[in-house]
Amino acid sequence: MDLDVIWRNLDFLMIQGFLGIGKFVGGTVRLAIPAIVLGFLLGIFVGIARLAPAPWVRVPAAIYVEFFRGVPLVMVIFWMWFIMPIVLGTAIPEFGVALAAFVIFEAAYFGEIVRAGIQSVPRGQVEAARALGLTGAQTMRAVVLPQALKNMIPSLVTQIIVLFKDTSLASIIGFMDLTKAAQVVNNREIRPFQLYLFIAIVYWICTYSMSRYARYLEKRLGPA
Amino acid sequence: MQYKFDWTVLWTGQSGEWLLNGLIVTLELSALAWLLAVVLGILSGALRTVPFRPLRAAATFYVEFFRNVPLLVWMFFWYFAVPPLLPQGLQEFLFAHSLEFWAAVVALGVYSGARFSEVLRSGIQSIPKTQFEASVASGLTTFQAYRYVILPVALRLILPPATNESLNLLKNSSVALTISVAELTFQTRQIETYTAKAIEALTAGTLIYLILCLSLASIMGWVERRTAIPGLITAGRAPR
Repeated sequence: MDLDVIWRNLDFLMIQGFLGIGKFVGGTVRLAIPAIVLGFLLGIFVGIARLAPAPWVRVPAAIYVEFFRGVPLVMVIFWMWFIMPIVLGTAIPEFGVALAAFVIFEAAYFGEIVRAGIQSVPRGQVEAARALGLTGAQTMRAVVLPQALKNMIPSLVTQIIVLFKDTSLASIIGFMDLTKAAQVVNNREIRPFQLYLFIAIVYWICTYSMSRYARYLEKRLGPA
Repeated sequence: MQYKFDWTVLWTGQSGEWLLNGLIVTLELSALAWLLAVVLGILSGALRTVPFRPLRAAATFYVEFFRNVPLLVWMFFWYFAVPPLLPQGLQEFLFAHSLEFWAAVVALGVYSGARFSEVLRSGIQSIPKTQFEASVASGLTTFQAYRYVILPVALRLILPPATNESLNLLKNSSVALTISVAELTFQTRQIETYTAKAIEALTAGTLIYLILCLSLASIMGWVERRTAIPGLITAGRAPR
């Protein structure tokens, strides 16, 4: 088996494809990190909105979540790809399209996790905080969210792993991530078995270490 | 915003036929992959509990490796990398009988099987061991204990997450467009290519996926409520 093909193209696969440093707009890590951070931030708002007492906040949030959970991510990426240039009136680079698609799509999933996390905080905590004179926003920020976050960690990490894997789909609109880089190299070298197995292992090392770290965190923080 | 809507592209020309064909391929692909995933999920889920280390390790390897790598990579792997390794005769047969479809079935089935396996394992683990001990103590054989006590409870417990995974499988079938399986997303893109009407085409495809997913979810929600065990599972769903 010709493993040399990996070695010959290692810098293109890893530096350009995985990290995103090079001539092409790309990078699995460069897309995944802002997508996780922004998706989670938007997800916090979605999750809180789903628990809002006012129906004009709660209902749109529920529709948002149900809509994006009923549609494939590939479809959302194509939506962004076609609709963003029309709405914004200018060409958008693949990075912007992919990032927008991931943030909007994943916020629906993160929102559900945040909602479940908030609901896992005992009602007495909120009542005690309000009795101490904290406002609604202060209660949420200083009392409920920190505890909710701890309960969310297992499902949060699972979702982050899902998102990390999903970034491979950005390659279908031409974003030069690890998957696309392997495709490009394969077009020249025709060594699909070695190349695809290699990137599978790279993805696996990332996701598996994330899940191991989550297990360690869960143990260290102990039960809620 | 300079975009002229023309919804007629959806019912003139071949659009309707394409969408219908795409829907059929999506359903066929999902159904076959689902069967494969359930078989692999049950098999590997069971193997992870046997008292023979090599088998347990093999099942753990399968689950941990396949579910932690993107589906797209598996699509490429089964479509581009595996066929050249097969014997000549089988290769020719597959090339003549829509290789891309079968590669997609295997990729989606093997990937989802690893995820089903985890659902099943957590379902069985969530049943207290005392249930099994009590069944055996009241005179049931191991088989009877599984058949009449453990499985009826476990299957109902895993119904919500299993429904979730099945819907994920259905939505993930759209990734098969990357290896040119003519499923629903592929056909949506085809309408866009022929008519240059992206928003109309995407709306049609999105609506079909939404209707599929929401109706399946509500049917399973009804089944969950029908089969819920009073006091043990609160209707199987998180309160809304």
